[in-house]
Order: sequence, then structure tokens, then C-alpha cells
Amino acid sequence: MSTTVLETQTALDQALQASTAPRHKSSVEVTDYNNRQTVGKITVDNPKMVCRDVDVFYGAKQAIKKVGLDIGANEVIAFIGPSGCGKSTFLRCLNRMNDTIASCRVTGQIMLDNEDIYAKEIDVVQLRARVGMVFQKPNPFPKSIYENIAYGPRIHGMVNTKAELDELVHDSLERAGLIKEVEKRMQEPGTSLSGGQQQRLCIARAIAVNPEVILMDEPCSALDPIATAKIEELIDELRENYTIVIVTHSMQQAARVSQRTAYFHLGDLIEIGDTDQIFTNPRHKLTEDYITGRFG
Amino acid sequence: MQFFLLLALILLSAVAYYLGRKRALTVAGGQIRNLHSLPSFYGSYTALWCGLPALAVLALWAALQPDILTNLVVADLPTELRDLPPDQLNLVVNNLKNLVSGHFVSSTTDPAMQAAAERYQNLRLIGNAALWVVALSIAMGGIAYAWRRIAPTLRARNSVESVVTIFLIASSTVAIFTTIGIILSVVFESLLFFRQVPVSEFLFGLQWSPQTALRADQIGSSGAFGAVPLFGGTLLISGIAMLVAVPIGLMSALYLSEYATPKFRAFAKPALEILAGIPTVVYGFFAALTVAPLIREIGTALGLHVASESALAAGLVMGIMIIPFVSSLSDDVINAVPQSMRDGSYALGATKSETITRVLLPAALPGIVGSILLAVSRAIGETMIVVMAAGLSANLTANPLEAVTTVTVQIVTLLTGDQEFDSPKTLAAFALGLVLFVVTLILNIIALRVVRKYREQYE
Ligand SMILES: Nc1ncnc2c1ncn2[C@@H]1O[C@H](COP(=O)(O)OP(=O)(O)OP(=O)(O)O)[C@@H](O)[C@H]1O
Ligand SMILES: [Mg+2]
Repeated sequence: MSTTVLETQTALDQALQASTAPRHKSSVEVTDYNNRQTVGKITVDNPKMVCRDVDVFYGAKQAIKKVGLDIGANEVIAFIGPSGCGKSTFLRCLNRMNDTIASCRVTGQIMLDNEDIYAKEIDVVQLRARVGMVFQKPNPFPKSIYENIAYGPRIHGMVNTKAELDELVHDSLERAGLIKEVEKRMQEPGTSLSGGQQQRLCIARAIAVNPEVILMDEPCSALDPIATAKIEELIDELRENYTIVIVTHSMQQAARVSQRTAYFHLGDLIEIGDTDQIFTNPRHKLTEDYITGRFG
Repeated sequence: MQFFLLLALILLSAVAYYLGRKRALTVAGGQIRNLHSLPSFYGSYTALWCGLPALAVLALWAALQPDILTNLVVADLPTELRDLPPDQLNLVVNNLKNLVSGHFVSSTTDPAMQAAAERYQNLRLIGNAALWVVALSIAMGGIAYAWRRIAPTLRARNSVESVVTIFLIASSTVAIFTTIGIILSVVFESLLFFRQVPVSEFLFGLQWSPQTALRADQIGSSGAFGAVPLFGGTLLISGIAMLVAVPIGLMSALYLSEYATPKFRAFAKPALEILAGIPTVVYGFFAALTVAPLIREIGTALGLHVASESALAAGLVMGIMIIPFVSSLSDDVINAVPQSMRDGSYALGATKSETITRVLLPAALPGIVGSILLAVSRAIGETMIVVMAAGLSANLTANPLEAVTTVTVQIVTLLTGDQEFDSPKTLAAFALGLVLFVVTLILNIIALRVVRKYREQYE
């Protein structure tokens, strides 16, 4: 194993200098990009999303370097890595939220159900309805709880009658495990809820438009352990119907909720694999350092 | 004379500053750490003790000197002058003062007066000399006092800072007291007006014709003070202005904050704000010489009758003038809506226009309303444009093509030219001013409340 590590580290340096070395064919265990390897199997049997050769630049600065990975249908995949390594950046590529940042440029291929989401004919509005997102800080709209949930279905014309909308709102809140707490106060502003409730409201808001994939960027970082536990429980339930990508700084959380884990480091995808294996038996030195607390 | 004394005191204070600093360093044995405050504070402390008491004496003297001197001189006047009735005595004193300041006064060849004037001048010389002595000794005394008090434990910084605080408080109250003074004078004059013209007639009367008869037999100058046509005209012109300013201002705010590239925004926002910096008199002649004739021509071409001074011309130009009030403030409040709101909306698959109309505008609405209210109060108080472009005839009409007049224009016409200051015609200006003041004050208070409430929302 020590040789692999050495190889990879020199290779990393080469990759930083944008080497033009020829690309090798990807093997089962190790995917090699420009001499830089991602340890672990990046593919899955029934992928929901497939990413290949993804580069992201902010102006001249490269934030993501040739990242390739699959996201399986109905799986929870966790992105971990030290701060600034590009987890959020990569996550935001998956529903093209990076389009809102003027300096941001994305190249490579990201497919959702075998459709390139960066293709010209793709409508990002529809894409984002299929790939929803929950942010690090709860961001309910300054509207009533009801209106917060009803916003998405309304703009997508998902319901025809008030009764249908009522039912959809109720249903979404129920699935987000919030209904008991807010049933009697639907008309109160969403901002009047506690932080944990607000985050669940945002999750309810995201699932109200019935997306296929839900992206969560550190959804629990602003919450206390009890609220966090509720959301983790919720993620576990949501997995039945949705594919979930979660960025987290908590190793325990990644271990608890996810089936696969990807470790990012300075814009590189270093290692990817089953969550159990990553946490019990990391194969890359950097991953090991990170999860044993020697880094970051 | 007193100017040089002032200069001397300032110089002395500068010297005191250095003395105090040096003294502090000496008592501290050259170690700044032994001192309670930095040496410069001891310097300022000494300078303040040197300058302030002396300045107070100087100010007191400047305020009291003329009265004291006059009293002394009058007391010495021959009895036949002294025993004159008060108003004639006043005349004598005035003559005396004119004589003293060397003005030519025709009727004073009276030797008694000459003598009194000389005495006055003498007394003044003595007084000034005394002032020099007193002020300088007080300044020296101040230095000595501070010098004696300087010790490592003296809290010089605290003393200096409390003096500075007093200065700051005094400065900040200047504006407040000025405002209070203006309000009081306007209210007082308005009360005089309402003694002659009933409030109800002023507020609800439909006839405005402020020419009052100077002679009893004059015809055609009835003096009617019903201000409704003025309120109507003000409302009409402000209404037209808001019809122009609100949509244009709001849309440019939306474009600037949501659509424009940062580069364009950096150029366009200041450019828009220049509109607010153009002197209103320039807008005025633009309205009177360019817009009004244009409207008249268009109107005639369409077969409409357009007055050469129309509410429309004034309102249009005023609207352009207040665009930046609406656009700049609205742009600020729209920008202040956190990016996370936009992200939240986009992440649900909302388009830009859905995000703007359903999330941003509702969230920014209070701030936008506030900016519009501020713009309205600006429009109501605007004078120059309407003076030049709207005319003077107090028509009560809703037709924007006719000439109307506004509250501000009438204030200007009532107070320009030679006036009797107690005629209802002149006093009416104060009553109008009071109305204007109350209305804009209320609008401003509401607007500021609304804006402030909005600011707190995301904190
Ligand atoms: N809008 C932006 N403009 C320029 N550079 C950016 C921008 N957003 C992120 N970056 C840069 O891209 C790199 C990756 O940032 P990213 O936010 O993806 O990190 P992260 O892994 O999510 O970190 P954290 O765990 O702290 O959230 C960082 O070096 C960051 O400075
Ligand atoms: Mg992040």
C-alpha cells in the first residue's frame, strides 16, 4: 500500500502542473486521470447521475479537478473533506446552481438519467425541479409556513385546485416530520420557527416539488444534536423515494446516514467507496489522515 | 482687537499643550507607563484649562460689553436727554452709536452727544485693555492650575474626553434647536394668520386669491384664502411625478440589482444618482423651455387645448428628478434581500422573473414603500420646477393640461417682493408652510419607520 501512496502523491503534483500525459483506461479499483488516481470504484450498477471529467473554475482558479463518480439511484452518498476542498462547488454543479455565479465555469460531463445536464437543450429550471437542494443555513422565505411549501408546486403548476395544494403541503410537511409541530400555525411566518424546524421546513419545501435527487450541503451544521438526529432519521426515510447527496463535516453523520462516501482533497476526488470500508479501512493515506483526525 | 486676543489665546493654548506634555513626562520620570493617560492627553488637559475659561470670559464680555457701556454713558447724559420717553431715548442711543462708529449723522451737532460719544469710546478702550489683562491672566492661571495638578495618577484622558463629549453633544443639538426654532416661528406666524382667517376656510375653501385690499376702495382684491386649489395642484403634480418615477425607478432598480452585470451596474447606478444632483432650477428651465412647449405642440397637433404652463410638464420633469430616489433606495433594499433567498428560490426551479415577483419584491416591499414615500415627500416639497413650469393660477382642476399652482409656489409668490409682515397675505405663507411641514413630516416618519422595520427583518 505504501507504494500506491507514494505514486499518488507525486502524481498529484504532476496533475497540479496540468500535465498532458496520456489518459489510461479506468480499471475497476483505481480510476486514473492524468496520472492522478481516485482510489475506489467510482461506478455503480444503477446510476442516477454519472459525472465524468468534471472541472470547475472560479475565474482562473480551478476548484474541482477532473472529478468522476456515479451517484446510485436511491442511495445516500456523502461528500467529506477538509474545508475549501470543493465539496459545495461540486454539489452545486449537480443542479447547476453554479450558473448563478458569474465567474464560475464548469466543463466535463454530468448526466442525469443519461441526459447531459449541461447540454444546450436542457432547461435549468426543469433540471432544478428534478434535482432539489437544501442549504447549509436554513433559508425559509419570509412568507407563511404554508406559502413556503406551496411556492414550488405553484410555480411548476403541479396542482389545479386549492384542495390539492392543501394536501400536497400537508403531505410534504408530514414526510419532513414537521407536520405535528406546525399543523396549527400554517399561516405564521416560516422565519418564526426554530432553526431545526426551519431546516425541516426547507427539506419539506424541496420535496414538495417531488424531485428525484436531493442535494444537501451541510444541512445540520447550524443545528443542535436533537434536531440533527431528526434530520438524519428523515434522510434515512427519504432514501426510499429519493437519491440523496449530502455534504457533511461530521464523520459520524456520514457513517450514520450514507451508503457510499467520497473523500475530496484540494479539488481532487481522492477516494470513494462503501461508507463502511472508507471509515474502517481507508486505502489512501490522505483519507486515513482525514478520518483519523490528522488533517483538517 | 478681540480677534488678536483670540489669536493670542490660541497660541497660548498651543504652548500650554507642550508644557503639559513635558510636565507629564517629567513627573512620570520619562516612563510613559507610569502615567494614567498618554502624555498628549496631559497636554490637551493643560491646553483646555488655559483656553476654555479665558474664552468663556471673552464670550461673556463680547455679549455684555455694548449694554454695559451704553448704560454707563446714558447715565452720564444731561438730564434733559436722560428723561426723554423710552422710544426717543432709543433714538438718541442709536444716534450715539452711529456717532461712535463714525457714521455720518445729520442731526447731531449737539456737544453733549459729542462728549458722550467720546466717553463711550474711552470706556471701550479701557474695557478692552481690561479684557486683555483679565483673559490672559485667566489663561495663565489655568496653565498654572493644570501644571500643579498634573501627576501620574491624574485621569487626564477622562477629563479631556468628557470635554470632547460635551462639544459633540452641543454640536448635535444645534440642528435640533434650529428645527425647533423654525417650527415655533412657523406655528406662531400661522396662529396670527388663523386669527384673521378661520382654519376651516383655509383648509376647505375652494377660492384662492390672496390679494388683499390695500385701500378700502380697491376693487377686485377680495382676499380669499381657501387653500384647496393649492392642495389639489400639489396633489396633481406630485401624482403625475409619481406615475413617472415609481415605475421607471422600480424597473431600473430591478434591472440594476438582478439583471445588470456588475460592470454595468457600477457605471449605471452613479449615473442615475447624478439625476438627483442636478440643481432643481436647471430642471425648472428644462421643464419650462423644452418640455412645456413640446407638450403644447403635441397637444395642439392632437386638437387638445394645452396651457403653455401645464401641470403635465412640471409633473413629468419632477418625476424624472425623483427617479433616483426611488431607484437607488429600492435597489439597495432589493440587494439587501439575502442571496440565500434567491438561492432557495432558484433551487426549487423558479425562473428569474418568478424569483423577483414572488420572493424578492414581497420581501423588499416595505423598503420599496418607504423609498416611494420619501420620494413623495420630496415631490410635495419641490418648488423650483413648479414655479417655472406649472404657473401661478390657482385652478381647481384634475386636468393635467391646465395650469395649476402648488403650495410651494404660492409661498414663494406670497413672500417675494415688498410685504407688510402682518397682512394676512404674508401670514398665509406661514400657514401654507405649516401644512407642508406637517404633511412631509408625517410622510417621512412613516417612511423611516417602514424602512427601519424592514432592516430588522433579516437580522
Ligand atoms: N464564488 C466563488 N468565487 C471564487 N472562488 C470560490 C467561490 N466559491 C468557492 N470558491 C473557492 O473554491 C474552493 C472550493 O470551495 P467550496 O465552497 O466548494 O469548498 P467546500 O469544500 O464546500 O468547503 P467548506 O467545507 O468550508 O464548505 C475554495 O478554495 C473556495 O475559495
Ligand atoms: Mg461548503
